[in-house]
Amino acid sequence: MQIYLPIAEVVVNPFTLVALGGIVGLMSGLFGVGGGFLITPLLFFIGIPPPIAVATGANQVVASSVSGVLAHVKRKTVDFRMGLVLLVGGLVGSWLGVMVFNILQRLGQVDLAVQLCYVVFLGLIGLMMLQESLRALSRSRQASAPRRRLHEHMWVHRWPLKMKFRSSGLYISVIPPLLVGLAVGVLAAIMGVGGGFIMVPAMIYLLGMPTKVVIGTSLFQITFVTAFTTLMHAVSYNTVDVMLALLLILGGVVGAQIGTTLGAKLRAEQLRILLALLVLAVCGKLALDLFLTPDDLYSIASGAR
Amino acid sequence: MVRWKPLGLGIAALALLAVVTLAAAQMAGPTPEEQAAEAEAQSEAARATPDSEPADFPLYPDPGRPREVVPENEAEAPEKVVAGLSSDAVSITTNFDGSDILIYGAVKRETPIPKDAPLQVIVTVEGPAQPLTVWRKERKLGIWINAERVRIGAAPGFYAVATTGPLDQILLPEWDERFRISIPLAMRAFAGPVEVSDTVPFTQALIRLREQSGLYRLDQGSVTLTEETLFRANIQLPANLIEGDYKTRIFLLRDGQVVDVYRAPIEVRKVGLERWLYRLAFDWPFIYGLMSLAVAVIAGWGASTAFRLLRRG
Repeated sequence: MQIYLPIAEVVVNPFTLVALGGIVGLMSGLFGVGGGFLITPLLFFIGIPPPIAVATGANQVVASSVSGVLAHVKRKTVDFRMGLVLLVGGLVGSWLGVMVFNILQRLGQVDLAVQLCYVVFLGLIGLMMLQESLRALSRSRQASAPRRRLHEHMWVHRWPLKMKFRSSGLYISVIPPLLVGLAVGVLAAIMGVGGGFIMVPAMIYLLGMPTKVVIGTSLFQITFVTAFTTLMHAVSYNTVDVMLALLLILGGVVGAQIGTTLGAKLRAEQLRILLALLVLAVCGKLALDLFLTPDDLYSIASGAR
Repeated sequence: MVRWKPLGLGIAALALLAVVTLAAAQMAGPTPEEQAAEAEAQSEAARATPDSEPADFPLYPDPGRPREVVPENEAEAPEKVVAGLSSDAVSITTNFDGSDILIYGAVKRETPIPKDAPLQVIVTVEGPAQPLTVWRKERKLGIWINAERVRIGAAPGFYAVATTGPLDQILLPEWDERFRISIPLAMRAFAGPVEVSDTVPFTQALIRLREQSGLYRLDQGSVTLTEETLFRANIQLPANLIEGDYKTRIFLLRDGQVVDVYRAPIEVRKVGLERWLYRLAFDWPFIYGLMSLAVAVIAGWGASTAFRLLRRG
């Protein structure tokens, strides 16, 4: 069975898409990652045009982060005030990102830029995951971990425009969270990802937020930023394919729930090494495409601007 | 969740910065003045070259040349096409996976069949034209990036040519150019100033890529002609079709010259859900975007609720 996607104007097998969404959802449930950074390059591989893959990827992230953030709201692990500050930065960043995307599209470099971003970030994430899980493995053998302070006072705490973030127990300047939000927003728009993989470490190490509110707060921000990005892409370029999104979401939400259940039962360290290797494999495939001589030097882009 | 290092974040930020700088550097292309001067130089060059084209086959379009309007169906044409299509409308539904169109007809003539040259038939089906850009990659700093481009003002999204014999034997180049029958000639004009020294490899690449994806097709010898009177051709429309008004042309040829032309439209339309979504996305993009979000939110919330209930029950 084949299905004709109305906006992408491409014929695809719907079961492939549901399976793709399912696998990515499974991983996001297992490992707590958004999955956007895997789904967009996988869409490139099956022949969806990059602008549509990015815009639709953002729409898919909305679905997965909504279900995540609801769970965290129930557990009261969302710092709404911090989330709002990050969100303001994120919306501006997303708007900027869509502008950059537009310029790149006009220059014919959008595929390159998106691929480069993916190679760099997937490479970084893959390596960090691998290192982290290897360390976790060795730590679980040693059994005792060094204690961390509640939070450390760093250079960002000396900036002006200070604000109280009660849930995080922080009294810091609003400028660093705004900048973090901005960077993530730009990434969301260019790569079609939520950006949790950047924001989570930034919140812990740059802002010094306690780990328990980090994931909920980042999901809160991601939900709104990706929603805004989807809307921007839909309005300015008509590149959101709702049929494609629906099939991915269908697989994704089911996969995520199964993944969460599985994740509670399984020991994740070994699995995480597998995920890291998979991320590195996707990164490697994209990098090879950039470095190896392409099969055809020529390509066709629609529009003659 | 994974734990991270600030070092990685720093590298990430640097990488993003590098990409943005790259984009900015690329933006600094030729200024409008330079472009205008270039365009003027080109139109001068076009004026300098005489209108006589080298009769190389296949021909590649000359950007400076408008499409000729040719008088057709003159009353004294001794042979005329009478034709029909199996369907004059194609509907793209959700499970659309291509379509076949049967084009059939007969030759009407008052005089006996001429004995000197055999009759030949060419059938073309042409999709709506779109502007597009052909890019050529070049290796820069070790990676392959789009470097040179040719902008084409109008190239058909679909073009199929079916003939009774080898095209270069049954059609003379000047008649090909007049009616723009062969695939290279189906492209209309270049858009904007031409930025490369030789456009031919770009046009060839466009045709090659489109032939690979089944959008351009030359089926020589696929038209069956019986008794120099009845003909039929089967044109396959691929699954990755775009919507619009398609044009069918049937040419009768003798001695490499076009004797008569018959034209008929085929309407290709998305229908049902496909059409509704497409129109909504382009006519009401904001509402479409909100709808996409609603689908996402409902699916995300619905699935987590459903699974929670499932686990409890």
